[in-house]
Amino acid sequence: MTGSLLLWRRKAVNIAMLTVTGMCTVVAAGILIFILGYLFIHGAASLNWNFFTKLPTPVGETGGGMANAIVGSAKLLLIASFIGIPIGFLAGVYLSEFGEGVFAFAVRYVTDLLNGVPSIVMGIFAYTIIVLPQKHFSTWAGGIALGVMMIPIAVRSSEEFLRAVPKALREGSMALGASRAQAIFTVVIPAAKNGIITGVMLNIARVSGETAPLLFTSFSNRYWSEGLNQPTASLPVMIYTYAVAPYEDWHQQAWSAGFVLLTLVLGVNVFARLVLARNRHVAR
Amino acid sequence: MGITFLCAFSILAITAYLVWELWINSVLPRHQFGFNFLRTQTWDPVAGQFGALPFIYGTLVTSAVALVIAVPLGVGSAVFLAELAPPALSDALAFLIELLAAVPSVIYGLLGIFILVPGLRIIEPYLKAVLGWTPLFSGPFYGVSLFSAGVVLSVMIVPFIISISREVIRAVPNDQREAALALGATRWETVWDAVLPFASRGIAGSIFLALARSLGETMAVTMVVGNDPKIKASLLAPGYSIAAVIANEFTEATGELYTQSLIELGLVLFALTVIINGAARLMMAASERGKV
Amino acid sequence: MSSTGIQPPAGLQAPKTADAKIRATNLNFYYGNFHALHGISMEIYEKKVTAFIGPSGCGKSTFLRTLNRMNETVRGTRVEGTILLDGENIFDQEVSNLRRRVGMVFQRSNPFPKSIFDNVAYGLRINGMAGTRNELRDKVEHSLRRAALWEEVKDKLDQSAYGLSGGQQQRLCIARGLAVNPEVLLLDEPCSALDPIATAKIEDLIFQLKDSCTIVIVTHSMQQAARVADFTGFFLLGKLIEFDATTVIFKNPAKKETEDYITGRFG
Repeated sequence: MTGSLLLWRRKAVNIAMLTVTGMCTVVAAGILIFILGYLFIHGAASLNWNFFTKLPTPVGETGGGMANAIVGSAKLLLIASFIGIPIGFLAGVYLSEFGEGVFAFAVRYVTDLLNGVPSIVMGIFAYTIIVLPQKHFSTWAGGIALGVMMIPIAVRSSEEFLRAVPKALREGSMALGASRAQAIFTVVIPAAKNGIITGVMLNIARVSGETAPLLFTSFSNRYWSEGLNQPTASLPVMIYTYAVAPYEDWHQQAWSAGFVLLTLVLGVNVFARLVLARNRHVAR
Repeated sequence: MGITFLCAFSILAITAYLVWELWINSVLPRHQFGFNFLRTQTWDPVAGQFGALPFIYGTLVTSAVALVIAVPLGVGSAVFLAELAPPALSDALAFLIELLAAVPSVIYGLLGIFILVPGLRIIEPYLKAVLGWTPLFSGPFYGVSLFSAGVVLSVMIVPFIISISREVIRAVPNDQREAALALGATRWETVWDAVLPFASRGIAGSIFLALARSLGETMAVTMVVGNDPKIKASLLAPGYSIAAVIANEFTEATGELYTQSLIELGLVLFALTVIINGAARLMMAASERGKV
Repeated sequence: MSSTGIQPPAGLQAPKTADAKIRATNLNFYYGNFHALHGISMEIYEKKVTAFIGPSGCGKSTFLRTLNRMNETVRGTRVEGTILLDGENIFDQEVSNLRRRVGMVFQRSNPFPKSIFDNVAYGLRINGMAGTRNELRDKVEHSLRRAALWEEVKDKLDQSAYGLSGGQQQRLCIARGLAVNPEVLLLDEPCSALDPIATAKIEDLIFQLKDSCTIVIVTHSMQQAARVADFTGFFLLGKLIEFDATTVIFKNPAKKETEDYITGRFG
């Protein structure tokens, strides 16, 4: 009977496609598990205490560590946070509280556009405005490049979390005689605090792995970098430099650095997502 | 409250400033080469000849390879996670896959150099046995190549396609599924005939977002693409991309024309990603509005 | 598969004026731990219109959705008891076949984002009933005529279904359901989102369709039940309180709960 044959075929297709899409998922998730597994096993194996305390050794000498790069990355992220987070957060406040009309539309649109700018182009930007006039690489330049990259994400995440605060809270506060600004700063922002802080953490985690904008802004440094006006080493740039170099010892160190960077980035991500998931349950 | 306005305004100002800086700092090659900058393929810093075509070619080809691999994998996974998998499994896997999106580019490069490239050297004879008759898979293979870069890029963009597409698919109104099921459609027929057509714009948007990302991706490509500014038919040949040449040559560039040529490449890349991102946003917006 | 001996409890059986198309026996339904339907037993008669009324959350839609096993698409649900369609248990049948025989129209019209023609042709195509091009055209036209929509859409069959008005969209969904020649058509509050004129058209349609089809309609409007239904069942808190000829239910209900609801003292 053709009817039952057709039905048989339809069911076969159903099962086949279930299998195929399931396989896609297995492959995609398998890649992640492989990457994490490989990096953790390989990276952890070549990691030792020197990595955190010693300076890099000259070419040809084994040993040494990336202490200066760890401090350098921290300094870069500090500068970036001081630039990107206040601007992004306050712009997010503007959009969530007064975000109607053409101007707000333009800001949102341009924020998305800025978010899509390739990181290497951000590096060129920081190069032309800082390195070119100063005629030398500096921690400042790298920090500014990363800071500009943080702005769009800070805007979007703070806007989103502020908007999630129930309108009744605002109105309740204003009904007690608070001004609009007081309502925002004493009621709305504290209510959205957890979300905003996790957003900031995710934001920092994201730029902490950025390499391209640092290549010709903060550049690199084999020694400790004094202050903020000298070039500085940073973990991602060290990973790159060491990975493409022809020395086995450097490759091992690149794996160690990759392990440390990934642990930090994924640790923050897991933590932040768990916090967000819990908040969402509470909100319900 | 003025300060929040000021910060919002500063975003417009910074972006305008960025475009302006890219523009004025690439004035030399624009005057000297005009449109030939985009059309010629000689990149010879010593002779002062700068043609960007090999980089534009490499950027587009690596991204195309990435899409060919990542789109079926990503959309397939998204369908499975959103429609077919049990919710607990779906949430757990989606969580893992979102972590994949957070892995920094340079780490993908690291894995590309030390795992993917040696791995491809092993697979290469089989690849050639199957596809060697096409010019795309002909010629010698050194490990680093346009193809390797495309594969690394595909791994990087798959998580984006999955997580955005999954959201889009989940947002399809349930009454669409019920309409198909009530007519006797199987689970898959429901997905294929009712869910995917409804979600198609949003999925296309997610693919464009992923494309924009892969076009601008720097480190992972730089580390495995081979860095050779030539246009070759074979995907197995080394190539170059816009972002990679900027990353490699910027600090070594001597002379203003050289540096400014690299900045003009940055401008080209910027324009390319703005266009693709814009298209993606339009599609996502259309998808959110839903109906045809 | 014998259905003899399984009879609805006395008092819930309407006067025997037609053959039973569907016979539910002691049907229980659970959403997780929530017991949504309590031992429903009833018969639905062939080529008659049966209406389910009751306050929201009473289980009338849940019961309707078990008749074509649509509830199975909701996770964490469980069903006990039997539903016989022409004497065969629907839970033993192939679900695609069952749903082709028992069509459904939903509360909100839900056309696919396809052309009017493709919407109606969809069920024919997946069920292998499309035939040749001309046959398909004829079947689509026939279904649209049965749904009293043909005259309004015959010149724009290839246009998007979303260009139609709400009432037209709902009739399109009925045409889509009718195209595969279902023996039973389930209507889940089909008029709740429609204006009175569009509602009147759907009610006219129901009258015409009952010559060829068994119809079960869930409605929140008692007037609608009184207008269109031959039989009416009153649900309350997951139980079928009373089931009888519509005139009996509305004029002379046996149960106090039914009377309270009908007279507006309740819900």
